[in-house]
Amino acid sequence: MAEVKLFKTWSTQFGARVVWALKLKGIQYEAIHEDLSNKSALLLQYNPVYKKVPVLVHNGKPISESLVILEYIEETWKQNPILPEDPLGKANARFWAKFNDEKLLPSIWSAFTKEGKEREEAMGAVLESLKFVEEELKGKKFFGGETIGLADLVFGWLANLAPVFEEVAGLKILDERYPLLLAWQPEFSEHPIIKDYWPPHDKLVIKYQALYEKYHPAK
Amino acid sequence: MEGKQSQVVLIGTWASGYCKRVELALKLKGIPYEYIEEDLENKSSLLHHSNPVHKKVPVLLHDGIPIAESLVILEYIDEYWSNVAPKLLPEDPYQRAKIRFWANYHDQKIMPAIWHIALSQGKEHDKAIEVYHGLLKVFEEGIEKDFPAKSPFFNGDSLGFLDVIVGTVACNYQAFHEVVTVIFDPAKHPSFFSWVTALKEHPLIKEVLPPHDKLVALMRKKYCQSPKA
Repeated sequence: MAEVKLFKTWSTQFGARVVWALKLKGIQYEAIHEDLSNKSALLLQYNPVYKKVPVLVHNGKPISESLVILEYIEETWKQNPILPEDPLGKANARFWAKFNDEKLLPSIWSAFTKEGKEREEAMGAVLESLKFVEEELKGKKFFGGETIGLADLVFGWLANLAPVFEEVAGLKILDERYPLLLAWQPEFSEHPIIKDYWPPHDKLVIKYQALYEKYHPAK
Repeated sequence: MEGKQSQVVLIGTWASGYCKRVELALKLKGIPYEYIEEDLENKSSLLHHSNPVHKKVPVLLHDGIPIAESLVILEYIDEYWSNVAPKLLPEDPYQRAKIRFWANYHDQKIMPAIWHIALSQGKEHDKAIEVYHGLLKVFEEGIEKDFPAKSPFFNGDSLGFLDVIVGTVACNYQAFHEVVTVIFDPAKHPSFFSWVTALKEHPLIKEVLPPHDKLVALMRKKYCQSPKA
């Protein structure tokens, strides 16, 4: 019986963060693929509150919510830390993780699903947010400094999924206004550990194209 | 810590549960701090400078360095003053994970539900109350299941992370009942109600909570509504 199991889908960016953290620390795990249109009894048992992926199960103990899972992984397996030792450095990483999940992602989702003025306003919010994110990279290779950290894993969608949004929805997220983010993108995506788990672009395009059409049915 | 005294400043507003939770944490650990009341209608340059991203309170300034977002601040306080009792979070990673899970549930699900009740009317208002009760039930049952030893607080007689977060919001329920509507029924949520009742009696919570009448006056002004029949 595997000690570490991870319930996920092939495309989930929240699940990807957890996979990257496990791989960075060299932790063996069993991936359990969920069909979210037909959720398994086990998933519902392990995450009765949200019924979502990812869920990490360690020695039978389930943990839900990707940021909670990342902190658990960091505290349980001390090698190759994704958070710095000092409390201020930790606070900073956590601040940006929350910012991504609570501000940036909802805005981009709004931009993807809405039309006209609402879409414009949502994109405006995204670009404003990205100005702050760009500044956070000043003088650093990664958000974590010299090595990949928690914030890099959380912002990972900017490398994996943002190009898909551009292709499918015409949302230009990262452009020459954000030179540091543009430089960070390949540093992150070509890192050997990250590269080894990379939801494929073409498959993501098909998925998000179908989703886009749902939100914007042809008139 | 020997030698140089840390300088701790908290920028907050007197009625905000998010700010009160930080104050409570500082008081619990006996950390001296200076408090600056912020006028959110007329934000100070200090706030703009300390929290340029959100321009919100609370912000903790530690030796001049700002930390924003109340849950992030609470973890920072617990980690920086890790040798000062009480510990807000336990040592065990799984216990910590469960606490963080419910802290997030509280802030991301329950808090918005409370706002929605306060800001809605008629059918929407009734639905909002129903939604809130459902969320509270999940919270109550989840806490009971995950922390069977909690009695009455997470650290026995001493407050823990979730006590700090919940106490500074829930203990104001009487003001909410007076101004908005009764949402909190001991019969529907007995274990949550007994927890909040115990929290209300804790001396430090009594110390940080805003005065009832002042809070009622502010809430009336803010919600500016007649009773929601």
